[in-house]
Amino acid sequence: MSPLLQVEALDKRFGGLHVTRGVSFQLAAGDRLALIGPNGAGKTTLVNQISGVLRSDAGRIRLCGEDVTGLGQARRVRMGLARTFQITTLAPHLPVQRQIEMALFERQGLGAYAWRSVDDYPQLRDEARVLLARFGLLGHAATATQDLAYGEQRLIEMALALALRPKVLLLDEPMAGVPKGDGARLLSALDALPKELGVLIIEHDMDLVFRLANRIVVLAEGAVLANGTPEQIRRDPKVRAAYLGHSA
Amino acid sequence: MNILFNIAVDGLAYGMVLFVIAVGLSLTLGLMRFVNLSHGAFAMVGGYCAALLMREAQWSFWLAVPAAVAATAALGAVLEASVLRHLYRRKELEQVLFTIGLSFVLIAATNALAGPQVQLIPLPPMLAGSVDLGWRTLPAQRLLVIGAGLGIAALAAWVVARTRFGIWLRAAVDHDGTASSLGIPIRVVQCASFAAGAALAGLGGILGAELMPLEPYYALKYLVLVLVVVSVGGMGSIAGSLVAAVALGLIETASKYLASDWGSLFFFLAMALLLAWRPNGLLKR
Amino acid sequence: MNTPTVLTARATPRSEAPAQPRCAPPWRAPAIVLAAGALACLLLPDQLGLLTRIFIAALLVLSLDLVVGIAGLATLGHAALFGVGAYAAGIFALKVMPDPLLGLAVGVAAGAALALASGAFLLRYQGFTFLMLTVAVAQIVLSLAQKARDWTGADDGLSGFAVAPLLGRFAFDLEGRVAAWYALAVLVLALYLLSRLMNSPFGLAVRGIHENRARMAALGTPIYGRLLAMYTVAGAVAGAAGALSAQTNAVVGLDSLSFALSAEVLVMLILGGAGRLYGAVIGTVVFTLLHHTAASINPYHWLFVVGFLLMSVVLLPPARVAAFLRRRLGGPR
Repeated sequence: MSPLLQVEALDKRFGGLHVTRGVSFQLAAGDRLALIGPNGAGKTTLVNQISGVLRSDAGRIRLCGEDVTGLGQARRVRMGLARTFQITTLAPHLPVQRQIEMALFERQGLGAYAWRSVDDYPQLRDEARVLLARFGLLGHAATATQDLAYGEQRLIEMALALALRPKVLLLDEPMAGVPKGDGARLLSALDALPKELGVLIIEHDMDLVFRLANRIVVLAEGAVLANGTPEQIRRDPKVRAAYLGHSA
Repeated sequence: MNILFNIAVDGLAYGMVLFVIAVGLSLTLGLMRFVNLSHGAFAMVGGYCAALLMREAQWSFWLAVPAAVAATAALGAVLEASVLRHLYRRKELEQVLFTIGLSFVLIAATNALAGPQVQLIPLPPMLAGSVDLGWRTLPAQRLLVIGAGLGIAALAAWVVARTRFGIWLRAAVDHDGTASSLGIPIRVVQCASFAAGAALAGLGGILGAELMPLEPYYALKYLVLVLVVVSVGGMGSIAGSLVAAVALGLIETASKYLASDWGSLFFFLAMALLLAWRPNGLLKR
Repeated sequence: MNTPTVLTARATPRSEAPAQPRCAPPWRAPAIVLAAGALACLLLPDQLGLLTRIFIAALLVLSLDLVVGIAGLATLGHAALFGVGAYAAGIFALKVMPDPLLGLAVGVAAGAALALASGAFLLRYQGFTFLMLTVAVAQIVLSLAQKARDWTGADDGLSGFAVAPLLGRFAFDLEGRVAAWYALAVLVLALYLLSRLMNSPFGLAVRGIHENRARMAALGTPIYGRLLAMYTVAGAVAGAAGALSAQTNAVVGLDSLSFALSAEVLVMLILGGAGRLYGAVIGTVVFTLLHHTAASINPYHWLFVVGFLLMSVVLLPPARVAAFLRRRLGGPR
């Protein structure tokens, strides 16, 4: 079965700064691939190139076998690639349920329809509420997004990505900024992600990485340092030297 | 040949006036990201102060002008410190509306104080005549304006590149959070830059009084031109403002001489094309 | 910006089900405007000219709300869309035929066409650059109108056209009764259609683009296309207002394309609150009534009033004052 996501020799410079150096890896259905590396390694820049926010200088990106390197972000999303942001990126004044419904309208291609009220799509409304219930946010359906606790906003980020029914999901530090105690719902959401989904997750929390991931790619100074199973990475001396430092 | 020379001189002078007025706004926009549509009012206040001091208090040109510029600087500093700085964090549209409201109030106040008639600034005899270049004569006023513009551009460039204030200014433009944690007094930089911009606008209003007559609606009437210079030249770029002001001044003057029934079409067409080509400013990327 | 109350929380009456967001019914605001407008026309028969001006201005400010309040694009060139509709309707009445409804359609088409053409260029830019470019486009249109003296009359204005009876029956009378009801009807219809638009998935998407473009891009929204569509709709509505103005005044001047008009409609919108559609109507009424009373005394005093109003509205926006009071009086949120 062809891999969901293929990244081939991706390269990017910002002026004199070489931020991505010939990065290649693959993501198959059901993979939970963790992208780790020291700060400044270029992880978010890489995810920005994969999702289409940034244009690479060289290399190819394939989604389910199709070359998407020249396509914009919106096209890639419609082809099944969804992402979350490290810094919460939500429409602040919209009620939570509306924001999910908005994602559903886009998925169904209804975003240009201008006659029926958003309340007149009962199937999509119910789907939104089911999704909210799964994340334990149904009680906040009418609350404005900016009035939610930060941890709950991170949950909305993930819910929006899942609402798009993607084939590939890119999670950029989903736990970023969430206090240790509030992370439980987020963790169970991560555990409960659909099995066929290919997930790439950037994370710094090593416990989470080893708990979740079936493969790990280590990025250092823009290049792939190591790519393998958690056990292989744990034992790799290069990785220890560059990153894990004190014993894992 | 004659026409071309006239266009060049008048266009250059016009451009210099626009530059002197616009440079303060460009700095404010670049430094504080503050869209100040009351900037035209500072030019108006400077011109009015000079005119009134000369007419009512019988001061000489050489006393009235610096006094007027200083008064405008003071007004700018007071406004910035008391009211305007609270708006730095607000959205663009809110800044636009507040400063338009401020302009309205200043226009009404000007009318209440000095009436609706045009104010004239009589030049001293030394500057009122013509200068003989050998092959052509020029009104001395034009030379004064062009010289002043170039002088101010040079002074501004020197301050920014060579003085400590200039270093503070550049640091604050690039990243005010870091700058303040390095001990740079951001509030002082902001207030002083704003006041300096207001002072320059006042000077521009005085220098340009012939080309842009001083009456209460001045504050809004010429605002569009100044905004155009700032946007085409790029926010925060002194050199950009100079190039944009001179280019646009020449185009507008040429179009007045050669194609007057087209109005300001070429000016705005040039502006739109230049902005579309370089949205961040002529000299930036 | 003000919170869009159309899409915010309204608790469902049954207590077991948790609150859901619900849109306000689209006929509510138009019904209120129709009732208030009709009442005003009946009770103030000697102010019909003023009322007609208010209805037409409200329509224009409504179109501006689509761009500024809903799409979040600050513009100082909106008068161009109005003026183009006015001149198109006037020229149509003068040179083709004087039927008012066809003239209205021509005005709508002209406004939409200019919005589509200029929007395709303008919407590639954002923020201050976009704002300045809207000024440029409007000034270019104004210059072209000045140059095309044979078509527009330039400084003398376009006049000498008559408007045929509405629907073949209602002739435009000197007291302005037909004009007032005509303008009110168009305003109410437009408000209904735009309320539906705002409640629709398209309206929701454009609001999403306003609040967070990066989020919408991450949902796969074609941002440029949606904004262009909204801008074109706004152009159509502004063109309608222009056509009404031409038909009810029987004259079109260059001031319909002026920067002053663009700034004035922006002020009207902010006074009433942007983003809620009915705010456009409220702001227009408040501004026009104030102008009507204050300007007759002394045009400069009017500037004092409007200037202070603007500064106060920005420093203490009505929505925030309301929210502050609610919190003070209503306890924990």
